[in-house]
Amino acid sequence: MKAKVHITLKNGVLDPQGKAVEHALHGLGFPDVGGVRQGKYIEVDLPKQKDKTQAKADVEKMCKALLANTVIENFSVEVVD
Amino acid sequence: MRAAVIVFPGSNCDRDIAVALEQSIGKPTTMIWHQDTDIPSDLDLIVVPGGFSYGDYLRCGAMAAHSPVMREVKRRAEKGMRVLAVCNGFQIVTEAGLLPGVLMRNRGLKYVCKDVHLRVEDSQSAFTAKYKVGDVLRIPIGHAEGNYFADEATLKQLEDEGRVAFRYCTTKGEITDDANPNGSQRNIAGVLNKARTVLGMMPHPERLADKKLGGTDGRAMFEALVETLA
Repeated sequence: MKAKVHITLKNGVLDPQGKAVEHALHGLGFPDVGGVRQGKYIEVDLPKQKDKTQAKADVEKMCKALLANTVIENFSVEVVD
Repeated sequence: MRAAVIVFPGSNCDRDIAVALEQSIGKPTTMIWHQDTDIPSDLDLIVVPGGFSYGDYLRCGAMAAHSPVMREVKRRAEKGMRVLAVCNGFQIVTEAGLLPGVLMRNRGLKYVCKDVHLRVEDSQSAFTAKYKVGDVLRIPIGHAEGNYFADEATLKQLEDEGRVAFRYCTTKGEITDDANPNGSQRNIAGVLNKARTVLGMMPHPERLADKKLGGTDGRAMFEALVETLA
């Protein structure tokens, strides 16, 4: 089983890297870009886990403990076979 | 007074701050490797130094915050032992939950290495007792992630409890946006915990604590610690 974790900045938290990417895209001829927010994508392998619900609960715990900083970041967990 | 400096893989200001401490204390500082949890029992001060612990992997300070030694540092800090956390150390102690908020990427995206001016906002802690509120210090910074962020409720609590220790300012002590090198909310450069026993700050007092280095504005912090904790 594998968990796919997306970590994104909370709304209202300034994302200077996303802003810089947005400006660069405008400069490269993509004027329609209205905003860019940069985040992280993490894959966690759980070879011994058979229970999807348990896997999701475990990875959510990992997010709170280490993978995300919940002061500024949100996370979402998707478990796949 | 007995002080120790934690050394993580990637720390690079550990020896500088040990030298600065030794100058003021007059005796050697203990260096503690991050995997040691056997911290001397009679310590008065632990320093979490600057650097790039664990290569800044995941988020600055995130890995170090969960290293074995930090569990012990946290336990001691909760009992009132003084903790001075500088630069990457500040990032580590916020990740460890010893101080509120988080240090984000600088507003200008660049690593900034220069002297800045700080207005002293507190003189009621063991770290700041030799400064006066309103003093303007010149202290260097060197970081890419020093942009202090906390939610409004936390900021209000910090202000109400007088826990902002230093703010970035002009040479005259004015708190302006131009004097803010990294985009920190309310120009915050350093904060204290509720008990005023833990100080986290992005600027490096150890880098201007000796005339030979071009300034001594940082030295009063080490002398204050010696006087308070001796």
